Amino acid sequence: MDDLLNEFIAESREMLEAIGGEIVAWEAAPGDRARLDEIFRFVHTVKGNCGFFDLPRLEALSHAAEDVLADVRAGRRSADPALVSGVLAVIDRIGDLVQALESGASVSSADDELLIAALHRSGGRERPAAQAVAAAALDHRRPMRSIRLSVDLLDRMMSGVSDMVLARNELSRRLREAPTDVAVEAAFERLSACIAEMRDGITRTRMQRIDNLFASLPRLVRDLSAELDKQVALEVDGGDVELDREMIEMIRDPLTHIVRNAIDHGIEGPAERAEAGKPAVGALRVSARQSGNQILIEVADDGRGIDGDKLLRKAIANGVLTSDQGDRLSSAQRTALIFEAGLSTAREVTAISGRGVGMDVVRANVERIGGVVDLESKPGQGLRLTLRVPLTLTIIPALTVSVAGQNYAIPRSAIEEIVRSKNGSVRIETLGGARVASIRDKRIPLLSLGEVLGTSAFAEAAEQCLIVLKPAGGDVYALAVDVVHDHEELVVKPAAPVVMATGLYAGTTLADDGSPILLIDPSGLAACAGVTLDQNEIEKLKDKPAAMSEAPREQVPALLFHGLDGTKRVIRLAVVERIEDVAAGAIKLSAGRLRVAIGGTILPLAGCGDAPPKGPSVRVLRLADGVNELAYAFGDVIDLVALGTDLQPADVPGEVGGVTLIDGEQVEVVDSYWLFGAHARDAAAGKLVCAIPADDPWMANILRPIVESAGYAVVPAGTGALADIVIASAGEGTEAAGAGEVIRIRSSLEPADDNDGSIYRYDRAALLSALSRRAQGRKG
Amino acid sequence: MSELLLIITLAGERVAILAADVESVVEIEGLTPVPRAPAHVAGLSALRSRVLTVIDCFASLELGCAQASGIREAIVIEADGHPYALLVDSVEDVLEYSGEVRPVRTALEGGWRRAARGMVEAGGDLLLLIDTSALLAGPIAQAA
Repeated sequence: MDDLLNEFIAESREMLEAIGGEIVAWEAAPGDRARLDEIFRFVHTVKGNCGFFDLPRLEALSHAAEDVLADVRAGRRSADPALVSGVLAVIDRIGDLVQALESGASVSSADDELLIAALHRSGGRERPAAQAVAAAALDHRRPMRSIRLSVDLLDRMMSGVSDMVLARNELSRRLREAPTDVAVEAAFERLSACIAEMRDGITRTRMQRIDNLFASLPRLVRDLSAELDKQVALEVDGGDVELDREMIEMIRDPLTHIVRNAIDHGIEGPAERAEAGKPAVGALRVSARQSGNQILIEVADDGRGIDGDKLLRKAIANGVLTSDQGDRLSSAQRTALIFEAGLSTAREVTAISGRGVGMDVVRANVERIGGVVDLESKPGQGLRLTLRVPLTLTIIPALTVSVAGQNYAIPRSAIEEIVRSKNGSVRIETLGGARVASIRDKRIPLLSLGEVLGTSAFAEAAEQCLIVLKPAGGDVYALAVDVVHDHEELVVKPAAPVVMATGLYAGTTLADDGSPILLIDPSGLAACAGVTLDQNEIEKLKDKPAAMSEAPREQVPALLFHGLDGTKRVIRLAVVERIEDVAAGAIKLSAGRLRVAIGGTILPLAGCGDAPPKGPSVRVLRLADGVNELAYAFGDVIDLVALGTDLQPADVPGEVGGVTLIDGEQVEVVDSYWLFGAHARDAAAGKLVCAIPADDPWMANILRPIVESAGYAVVPAGTGALADIVIASAGEGTEAAGAGEVIRIRSSLEPADDNDGSIYRYDRAALLSALSRRAQGRKG
Repeated sequence: MSELLLIITLAGERVAILAADVESVVEIEGLTPVPRAPAHVAGLSALRSRVLTVIDCFASLELGCAQASGIREAIVIEADGHPYALLVDSVEDVLEYSGEVRPVRTALEGGWRRAARGMVEAGGDLLLLIDTSALLAGPIAQAA
C-alpha cells in the first residue's frame, strides 16, 4: 500500500508540474479545448486515485474542480477569470495536500469549503454530473513506458560505471605494456565498446529536458504580474535542451530569482511603459540552447535595464568603492556592480524580490557549479542575463599536461589552440618582467604553469608547449607547460574545500593508472597570476593601489607613438586624456611659450621644441595630471603597449625621462612629471575656492572629488567663506551667489527649460569645462 | 555508556580519536602534490575511485613537516562529503572508554591546544582526545 501511495504522490507531483503552464495558457485562450482537456484529465485522475486511497479532502476538492471543468467542456459555463483563479486555487491546494501527504505534515482544512465555493461563484447554474464525457477523454491517454528510480540509485550506478571506466583504462595500459594475444585484444576492444555504451546510457538517464525547469515559469510570471499590476508576455524557447538532472536543480533557484527580478524591477508598470513609448505589455524571453558542452540560458526583458550610475552611487554610499575608484569604472563595470553584495537597486523592499537574496547570491550559486553569469544592460531598453553552465557535473573532456614531472588536466572547453614555443610563428617577449606571446598576429599574456604553481621556473630556452586558453567570460591567455599528453574524458570529482580554496583548481580526477590528477581552473589560474579577465575587473580595481606598491614588476599600460621628429616615444596611458587634431592656427607663441587653444581653453604645448609645428593641422595628446592640463604634439599612434619598470634614465632631466625596450627596440619614455613641472607650473599656484553644500551627500561624496581634481579647494557653502565658484542644486535659492559664479546642478537629464543654464549632474565634461572656464578667467 | 576510541601515535605522542569518526585505516604511498595549497595538505591519494585529500598532521599541529616517506599509515575520515586521509605515525589499538571527557587544565604546546578536545582515560592511561576537524582545518583556518 505504501508503495502505491508513493506512486500516487510522485505521479500527482509530476502532473502538477506539467499542468502549471497549461492552466495559464488556457486562461489566455479559454476556447482552447486541448488544454482544457489536459486540466480536466488531471483533476479527474486525482479524484479517481483519492477514492482508492480514502483521502476525502483531496477527493472533495478534485471533485468540485472536475464538475466545474466538465461544465466548461459541455459549454454550460465559460472560463472567466474568476473561474480560472478558482481552479488554480484548488489545484494549488491539491499540490499542498500531496506535499503534506509525503512529508506527513498537515494542512489546515478550514478554507477548503471556501475554495470550492469560489468555483461556483460566478456561475450558479445547476451542475449535472458529466462522468460520461470524462471516461471518453481518458481513453486516448497512453502513458510512456517508464519507471521511477531514486536519484541515489542512479548516482550509485554512475559511480559504478566510473569505476569500471577506470578499471578498463588500467587494464588497457597493462595490455599495452605486455605483449598480448590478438584474441585477447579483440575481446578487450569489445569490452571497451560495451562500457562506453553503458556509460553513455547511464549519463543519459541523468539528463532531463530543461522543460522541467521552464514548466513552472508561466505560472510564476502570471502570479507575479497580477500581483504587481504589470502585463508581461512570456516567451519560452529551447525547452528540449537536455541537461544533467542535478544541474537543473542547481539552476532552479537562480533562474527563478532572475525572472522575479525582471518582472519586479526590470519591466515597468503600464503607465511608465506608455510614457517611454513601449507597448503596454512587457516582453520576457527565456530561452535555452546548447553551445559545445555548455548550456546557455538567456533571460531577456524589455524593461528599464540597470541604472549603472545609481548602482555606483549606492556602492560609494555603502563603502564598496571610493568615489575615486568609481570614476574609473566603465559603464559595463558599473552595471556589473549589481553582483556586489548588498547593492540591490530596488528603491523599496518588495515582497517579490525582497532584498535578502541579491544578484550576488545568484552569481555565487551559478559559479559554484562551474557556470558564469553574463549581463548586458541597455538602460531604458532592457536587460539580458545569460547563464552559462556546463552540461554535466561529472564527465568532461580534458587535456592532460605535465609540468615539473607532475600531471594536470585542463578542461577542453577552455582551450583554443596548442602551439609549440619553438614554432616559427611564435615569439615570446618579456615586458617588464611579464611575458607576452605573439602567436601569428595576436599578442596575448603568457603564463608559465610551473611558475604560477611554484613548482618550476620558466625555461626560456627549452621547448615548451603553449596552450592558448579562453576561460568562460574572460580573455585569452597562453599557458606554458612542459609536455602535452593526451585528450581524455575525465570523471571529475569535487576537491576538498581546502584544495578549492587555492582558487587554482576545478576538481580532481583519476588518471589511467589510478593516480589522482588535479583539474586546472583556467580563469582561477589567470586571476591568481594577475592576468586581467573581464569578470574580475571590479575586484582588480579595488586591489589596484595595493598591487602597485607591492609588485615591482607591475606593468603600466602606455601609448607608443611617433614624435613630430619621427622618433618612437612612449607615454603612460594614465596621463593621456584624449587625442585631438588642432588647426595650426590655434598654436601661437604667446607670453614666452607655445600655447594651443582647444575648445575654449588655452593649454601649454609641448613636444615640438620652441618652433610651431609645420603643416595645416597638428595632432596633440591632451595630458592631465588631475590638476593641470597640457597638450603634447606628436605624429601618429603606433600601438598600446605594456610599459615595464626596466627604464634606463636619461642623463639630464627633460622631456624624455629615459629609454626602455619595446619589442626589442629602444624607445624614449616621455617624462610626464617633468612636462607638468615645466609647462604647467603657473596653473597650480593659488588654488581657487569652490563652495559646495555640505548637507547634500551626493555633492559631498561624489561631486567633491571631481571639483578637487579640477584644482579647487572645497569649502562648505553657507559658512560665509569667500568662494570663487558656488555649486548649488537647480531649483534651490541663490543666497550664496554674491561670492562668485554659480554652477547649478540638476538631477534630471533634460533641462527644465532652454535658458535654465544648469548642468546635468553626470555631465562630467560640461561640469569640468565650467570649472576650468572660471579658472582660466581668473588667470587671464 | 561506553564508546570506542582509536589510539594512534601522532607526532610521537599517543592520542585518542573517536572511533566512530574513522572510516578506515589505510596505507598510503605516492602522493600527488597540490601546489599552492596550505602546508598541511600533503597531497592527494586515490582510494579505489575516491580521491583522498591527505593531511599532514605534523604540519597541521605546527610541528614541522612529516619526515617519513614511502608507505605511511593513515586514517580515513569524511567531512562535508569529502574524504580525507590523516597521516599518522602508527595506529595502535581500539579501546573502550567511559564517554567522559575532562577538560585539559594544563597549557598545551602550539597546535595541540587547538586540536585537543579534552582528556580521556582509556586502558589505564590518560590521553588527549583529538578533534579531527581541527586537524583538517590546519593552522590557517585558526588564524582567520
